[in-house]
Amino acid sequence: MKKLMLGNEAAARGLYEAGCGVVSSYPGTPSTEVTECLSKYDEVYSEWAPNEKVAMEVAFGASFAGKRSFCGMKHVGMNVAADPLFTISYTGVNAGMVIGVADDPGMHSSQNEQDSRHYAIAAKLPMLEPADSSECLNFAKQAYDLSEKFDTPVILRLCTRISHSQSIIETSDRVEHPLPPYEKKASKYIMMPGYAKLRHPIVEQRTKDLIAFAEDCPFNRVEMGGTELGIIASGTAYQYAREVFGDSVSYLKLGLVNPLPEELIKSFAAKVDRLVVIEELDPIIEDHCRKLGLKVEGKNLFSCIGEFSQNTVAAALGREPGKGVKIEDAIPPRPPVMCAGCPHRGLFYTLKKNKVIVLGDIGCYTLGAVAPLAAMDSTICMGASVSGLHGFNKARGEDSEGRTVAVIGDSTFMHSGVTGLIDIAYNESNSTVIILDNSITGMTGHQQNPTTGYNIKGDPAGKIDLEALCRSIGINRVRVVDPYNLAECDKAIKEELAVKEPSVIISRRPCALLKYVKHKPPLTVNAEKCRGCKSCMRIGCPAISIVDGIAKIDNTLCVGCGVCQQLCAFGALEGKE
Amino acid sequence: METKNIMIVGVGGQGSLLASKLLGRLLVNEGYDVKVSEVHGMSQRGGSVVTYVRYGDKVCSPVVDEGEADFIISFELLEAARWLPFLKKDGRIITSTQQVDPMPVITGAAVYPEDLVNKMQATGANVDAFDALSLAQEAGSSKAVNIALMGRVSKYFDFSEETWLKAIEECVPPKFLELNKKAFALGRSK
Repeated sequence: MKKLMLGNEAAARGLYEAGCGVVSSYPGTPSTEVTECLSKYDEVYSEWAPNEKVAMEVAFGASFAGKRSFCGMKHVGMNVAADPLFTISYTGVNAGMVIGVADDPGMHSSQNEQDSRHYAIAAKLPMLEPADSSECLNFAKQAYDLSEKFDTPVILRLCTRISHSQSIIETSDRVEHPLPPYEKKASKYIMMPGYAKLRHPIVEQRTKDLIAFAEDCPFNRVEMGGTELGIIASGTAYQYAREVFGDSVSYLKLGLVNPLPEELIKSFAAKVDRLVVIEELDPIIEDHCRKLGLKVEGKNLFSCIGEFSQNTVAAALGREPGKGVKIEDAIPPRPPVMCAGCPHRGLFYTLKKNKVIVLGDIGCYTLGAVAPLAAMDSTICMGASVSGLHGFNKARGEDSEGRTVAVIGDSTFMHSGVTGLIDIAYNESNSTVIILDNSITGMTGHQQNPTTGYNIKGDPAGKIDLEALCRSIGINRVRVVDPYNLAECDKAIKEELAVKEPSVIISRRPCALLKYVKHKPPLTVNAEKCRGCKSCMRIGCPAISIVDGIAKIDNTLCVGCGVCQQLCAFGALEGKE
Repeated sequence: METKNIMIVGVGGQGSLLASKLLGRLLVNEGYDVKVSEVHGMSQRGGSVVTYVRYGDKVCSPVVDEGEADFIISFELLEAARWLPFLKKDGRIITSTQQVDPMPVITGAAVYPEDLVNKMQATGANVDAFDALSLAQEAGSSKAVNIALMGRVSKYFDFSEETWLKAIEECVPPKFLELNKKAFALGRSK
């Protein structure tokens, strides 16, 4: 049946049809829906792992055991999983293993713009890159055959515009693969030097075999049109080029982006007058062409920064790009904001009020960096708030210990914050870590995690007790506060910063968008009492504005959290029970 | 046929994903090649959101670029103005007159421009501005604003009313079907 499907959903469908049996992933935009969609198939075991390294090792274990497996992550997740990645390249697989990674050119939801193709090259693994949903489905499916044929994990590279675009696909039935009997193969799977030395030449030979395969494989194709211009591209870049030039030029459309073919590229180059590589991010195909001694253009025309579009391609290659009109007024930006009723708001307000230096982390609460709260000093990667705080305090000593904290979400703390806290306890810094426990993985769209008590399917599961975990590490001061209660937050922050030992504050209240959360009625403004002092505006709540000199509450947004009430000295913000 | 370009713009949380789902379903039912491009994640938290819908015999790029949109469907006036440069010459903007202040306006760092409908019209754009939110409330819920908007949009396409209603039935949970049908009818008739 033909239907519209999101790239991520189509990839999930392809993995399912190929008989994938075990899935372990960590959520990360734009990759999350691949695993969410897989979790809806009963034949597939699926889970959210605490982080990408764990996920990849689970997927490896399942492949080693004889089941086709998958792990999915965003580009920066690959950094976390890089350790197993490089060595399972040596061991190869038993049943097929596919690693899904989604890049984010343009940084719609990411902290950097790294190009995951470098990992395929560095770890010497084949990488497939689909250009629409139909290819997402087919490449995901064929990735398993490739994996088993060449005894290697296969990376499926997606990007935001492929993951989050819908196009038409055709589904077919799932094929089951019976579990083979377990067979011990020490020299293949125990990567100590003696055995690893035997595996490395196998990896090098595999790359040679894959290059030969790339010369004539179903993933790469030549589409001859006019020969004045020949374009080499993959993924979305191919689609943008096709949009601009149609059949008027020739294309070498690459689906297997590592390793790259040699003869195929040379013969294509020989057929066209001008050879141009169009690729988002880094010049990987272009550099490969140069190594082959070809005259090629690429990054002299196209940026290695941001996303492309049809206009980017048109402008770079001498076509007139589309142009529109605009009004003269400046259009104010509309940045994302913390939702009305967000439990992070009260905590960040308190940090700002106390002029605390804040090492931040990755999640919705990174929005605490935005005005008017602006209560954040750094954000690097998952977990860096906690370990960064330890380093900051070691460097500045007492000067910073009494006025610096780390803030990290519940899911991020499980991902890699806990190891930083172990460092704080072990190497003894007087650091204060605030865990923002909103009982869900928020930013990626509400995924369960080890602290929520539910698994990926929403069924009851093991629940990690954050307080007990912190105490067992050796943190003696662990306290829980309600971020809707500003006085309680203020007291806890002041006290924990003052003590001369490590401490953890758990700021606990479920995300205001969770369906089970019951809200109070919206607040109202008593116009008699409001003096228009704008104190309530200091928390940056999207439900509050000042109209005609007094506060106004948008009753479609307000969830009655009452944080603004605590800032009003005149009792002008009134709530109903 | 030449590929047609539609943009659906608004503020994160206003329901543009259902609008694009409805449009996508209708166009697939009508036998077109279709691509729909959304952005999830960070930009959804009350930020400016845009969804691209493209259809025709064969669609390549999943996105609409500057100067290409045949239609811009907008949930909010400022967002219509923000994306105006993407409108094709002689293209049409169908926008709700709802105004949602972005944070820089709330904090006083920026001003919400006045008289946006006339200013957009002055650039030569065809602008159909109406209060979709009131129609949704009249139908029974402000959440149906997306379908009220699509009712208005349907007047500019040659697809039959039955075609639209079939797509709505396929996209909306049965519990909310009557409400949405009513919102669609109100949008289409006014």
